[in-house]
Amino acid sequence: MGLIQLGRHDKDGTSDIVTTTVEKAVNWARKGSLWPMTFGLACCAIEMIAAVSSRYDMDRYGAGVFRASPRQSDLMIVAGTVCRRMAPVIRKLYDQMPEPKYVIAMGSCATSGNIYDSYSVVQGVDRFVPVDIYVPGCPPTPEALFDGILKLQERIMLKRVFLKQPDQVKSSFKI
Amino acid sequence: MVLQELASRLQNDFSAALVRTVEWRGELSVTVMRGRLHEVAQFLRNDPAMDFDYIVHVSSVDWPDDEERFEVVYEFYSIRKRHQIRLKTRVPESDCVVDSLTDLWKGADFMEREVYDMMGIRFRNHPDLRRILLPDDYTEGYPLRKDFPLRGKGWRDTFEFLDETAR
Repeated sequence: MGLIQLGRHDKDGTSDIVTTTVEKAVNWARKGSLWPMTFGLACCAIEMIAAVSSRYDMDRYGAGVFRASPRQSDLMIVAGTVCRRMAPVIRKLYDQMPEPKYVIAMGSCATSGNIYDSYSVVQGVDRFVPVDIYVPGCPPTPEALFDGILKLQERIMLKRVFLKQPDQVKSSFKI
Repeated sequence: MVLQELASRLQNDFSAALVRTVEWRGELSVTVMRGRLHEVAQFLRNDPAMDFDYIVHVSSVDWPDDEERFEVVYEFYSIRKRHQIRLKTRVPESDCVVDSLTDLWKGADFMEREVYDMMGIRFRNHPDLRRILLPDDYTEGYPLRKDFPLRGKGWRDTFEFLDETAR
């Protein structure tokens, strides 16, 4: 991030000076407090739970505060097979989340339907909800989910909050 | 009662109703005529020697090449006597109705609804014959039938709720 440290430490009796832009400060705050929504549809949810527990500790990235309500969440991790009957529920939850909001499609099922090429399984959540990050795997390991969260944080830092989003930033960003 | 006794007892009392009796690896399967299904089931439920007080499962099979296309399969178990039986009956596509056994076993309710939902077999005298897994307004038919396309008929890709939430 764009913080520049000047000056000396407290023991000298002077304070540090930090310069940054409002854009970066806001983005930094946003990426550091991604509160995900408790949302498990299938076996991927077990890996998501493992990612939050003490061994992996997703809270290190500021994304460990799982909320039981979409109204308090920033991040929707769609973990598992999306059945067609679940689709309107997922969309409703997504619509209830306050902006800015992000979506991670966790695992092959949420990404593409996986092997479930069936009448009742939606072939990827991106058919009815915009997805920011796709995490491959069946199911993805907690490390893979972290990779997705870190990529999302990189992406949040590139966003423009008060200015128009420059096109080259959009196109040059690679997941 | 051992399986052979069960089988011979049924054979004696309902010889006209039975189509086929198969015993294989300790499991007894009895195919009965559709019209006598309820009668045989009632006997299995109420006869003290039979005493089938628990309904394990209701399922259905589609045999697309057969004249009587569908098969409804009931499985009963006696908790006290510890014996099990499988009761089958065949249903033609033109008249897809079977007598419901919900008056004998309450547990048949949801399982018969599932058979109706997935295979389209109707149950006469069922108290609440609605779809159970699929939505009530589902129009594509019965997904477990062999002539139903695996990928469905477009339902999985139609999101009517997006029109309401579109900004």
